[in-house]
Amino acid sequence: MTAKSTVAARPAFLPFGKTDSPRLLRALLPALSLVLVLLAIAWLNQRAISYFGFTLMLNLAIPIALATVAQMFIITGNDLDLSIGAFVGFVGCVTATWLRDTPILGTLTLLGCVGVYAALGALIYWRNLPSIVVTLGMNFVWQGLAVLLLPKPGGRAPDWLLASMSAKPPLVPFPVLAALIIAAVTYFGLMRTSYGAILRGSGGNAAAIGRAGWSLLKAKIVLYACAGLFGVLSGLSLIGITTSGDANIGNGYTLLSIAGVILGGGEFVGGRVSPIGAVIGALTLALAASPLLTFMHLPPDWQVAANGAILIVVLAARALISRREVEQ
Amino acid sequence: MTLEESDIVRLGGVEKHFGAVRALDGVDLTVRSGECLSLVGHNGAGKSTLMHILAGTVAADRGRVVIGGDEQSVYSPARAKQLGIRCVFQELSLCPNLTVAENARVFHPALTGLNWRRKAGALITSKLDEIFPGHGVGPSDLIQDLPIARRQMVEVARAFTATDEPVRLVILDEPTSSLDSHTAGQLLAFMRRAVADGISCIFISHLLGEVLQNSDRIVVMRDGRTIAADRAEAFDRNRLVATMGGSEPRPTEANASDRLERGKTRLHVRARPRQQGGSTDLVAHEGEIIGLAGLAGHGQTELLLTIFAAATRQCPGVAVNATVALVAGDRQADGIFPLWSIAENIGICSLRKLRQGALISRRREDKLANFWRDRIKIRTPDIHNNILSLSGGNQQKALFARALGSEARIVLMDDPMRGVDIGTKLEVYDLIREEARGGRTFIWYTTETDELKKCDHVYVFRNGAIVADLARDELTEEKVIQSSFVGADPR
Repeated sequence: MTAKSTVAARPAFLPFGKTDSPRLLRALLPALSLVLVLLAIAWLNQRAISYFGFTLMLNLAIPIALATVAQMFIITGNDLDLSIGAFVGFVGCVTATWLRDTPILGTLTLLGCVGVYAALGALIYWRNLPSIVVTLGMNFVWQGLAVLLLPKPGGRAPDWLLASMSAKPPLVPFPVLAALIIAAVTYFGLMRTSYGAILRGSGGNAAAIGRAGWSLLKAKIVLYACAGLFGVLSGLSLIGITTSGDANIGNGYTLLSIAGVILGGGEFVGGRVSPIGAVIGALTLALAASPLLTFMHLPPDWQVAANGAILIVVLAARALISRREVEQ
Repeated sequence: MTLEESDIVRLGGVEKHFGAVRALDGVDLTVRSGECLSLVGHNGAGKSTLMHILAGTVAADRGRVVIGGDEQSVYSPARAKQLGIRCVFQELSLCPNLTVAENARVFHPALTGLNWRRKAGALITSKLDEIFPGHGVGPSDLIQDLPIARRQMVEVARAFTATDEPVRLVILDEPTSSLDSHTAGQLLAFMRRAVADGISCIFISHLLGEVLQNSDRIVVMRDGRTIAADRAEAFDRNRLVATMGGSEPRPTEANASDRLERGKTRLHVRARPRQQGGSTDLVAHEGEIIGLAGLAGHGQTELLLTIFAAATRQCPGVAVNATVALVAGDRQADGIFPLWSIAENIGICSLRKLRQGALISRRREDKLANFWRDRIKIRTPDIHNNILSLSGGNQQKALFARALGSEARIVLMDDPMRGVDIGTKLEVYDLIREEARGGRTFIWYTTETDELKKCDHVYVFRNGAIVADLARDELTEEKVIQSSFVGADPR
């Protein structure tokens, strides 16, 4: 056999390989669901689809997107973080008090929070503990600390934070711009860097990563530290929007963040996550729960139901796509 | 310079124990540079454990590991890679959620920088082109989307890629098992070319034809030891099979007059494996002990589970007309309830007869458990102790007690004696024989030839189908090995 025929025998490489149609569908599903929700809103009230409307509707989408990305890092390593909501609340309390009054103490505390997350990752790997149990315990720790720091709602966000969260960039509404940046940064970090492949591989087949000579401990620590970092960013942005702190402010974020990751094409096990999908999933959930919808005479109860319905429909669609893939 | 030594690997007296099991019992092995060494042996001979030790994923309990002339005191997968030892394991070691290129990157820490994806893709693609021309694998394909044969091709190609660390020894553990004959041929031809270029290979295969044609030297393992090593030309099929099986005849323990004549009692099970082409059925009559033999993972467990399912609902090709109980092989995963007491673990299959009204009678449960403790000699001061307080062998006895204490007329056994000490085994063998005489039917998948000799009738499996049907007096270890290796060689 000559070298020429060897090359000719190889088919040209498509960007998505040969099983492209289901894989492409799977990747497009989160975006499709976002478009559907947007269409529904446009149908309810055309004026919502505007610079001002998006700024208002997606107001809370930034902290939700950041919390979802934090959760995504944990899910990448086949774990689950049940404390992210309480953690965001605690970070919010620190932001509304110490970070404004004694910036150095506040900054150190927030950095310490990231360190605690990294240590949790190390502990979970080292002792082979179930992450759900550890983070459930940490949920109460963060909540207790938040209540100690800020027994009743109050405090005030630092001025620089207020200013940056109410920025009004030209043409593109700030939340949309922020979502684009978050998605781009995490996509590059987790999907394109060479160490990102190791992090995802540790969720896909930890034994193989270990056999190839990589430290699984380090991978776990990095994943948890990233989660802590994005949790801190989520708390900061949340307080920048709400202007004052509350120990219970982030309570809904735990489940919202998990739902966002799954809606965005992630899976609980196997290191299968998508940063862009996770951000889109968070946006979808934030839109469906937007306070603006209340002004359109949609009762809040229905919004919760809408969130659930979106999840079920998208997951059902994904199951159908996967089945088609198996049959191929 | 030690790297110039002609022996890449020298193992001396390597031992490895897993609990009571001696996986390796003092192995000596030498691999020279630029040779292809084949390793053959029956189930549990210790081949895979030995390869794991060479790859650094399992540490030897005792013995010397000399690689490239230096004795390795602290040996790890990372160290093995540094020394140029690569391994293609039987269980695939690719990350299914990553692309082909990313999996190459996982293997090569040196692939960094902005264009690492292109470099990794080019590296793995060029090696795939070299080994499997026309492979049809793209560097951005996700592993989970590839069929098993292509995954295996990627895995093999990856083992031969080199960046900053040299490739000096590649261990191929059953690399052709999921390849078709064309790609398997490509791989074997490449292996010979690599050996000609000075790379050493350790080749493990159950296909003796491949072994005889492609290796320079053949080492035969048996019971955790290397029992023969010679140039490949010195072996032929028959000599290999004879060496693997040990040809010395052993006396059968029970005398033949003890046997029931086959077919005189009621039929209990008739089953046909799904892949079975011909008309061979597995048949079990009342009071018989039926053995299932063959290499591990060739469809024996699947058939047991099908029979188990067929007892409660319709299954095509399987007819069962009595109640069934299963003794699991992997007792930690699907045998014991780790939080329960010994008595509760034994009683779980017999709840109907332990019931008093809607509740479980403690008294009857204890009675049942105490009866079986004395009958089967479970070594515990109190049957209310936690099941984990027992040794592995005694836990297995409790599982036997669970199956035998139930009303089931058919007992299915999925290689239950794995990792059980010999004393316990002998006690359980007696019990099985006694219960069979009392009219119970046993279907017994086992990887040990000694246990097959306890059976009235043995079916040998290969690739999910029955390839041999041996009555008790026809049974020899050689025949079992002959049919499980050579019986229906697809190539």
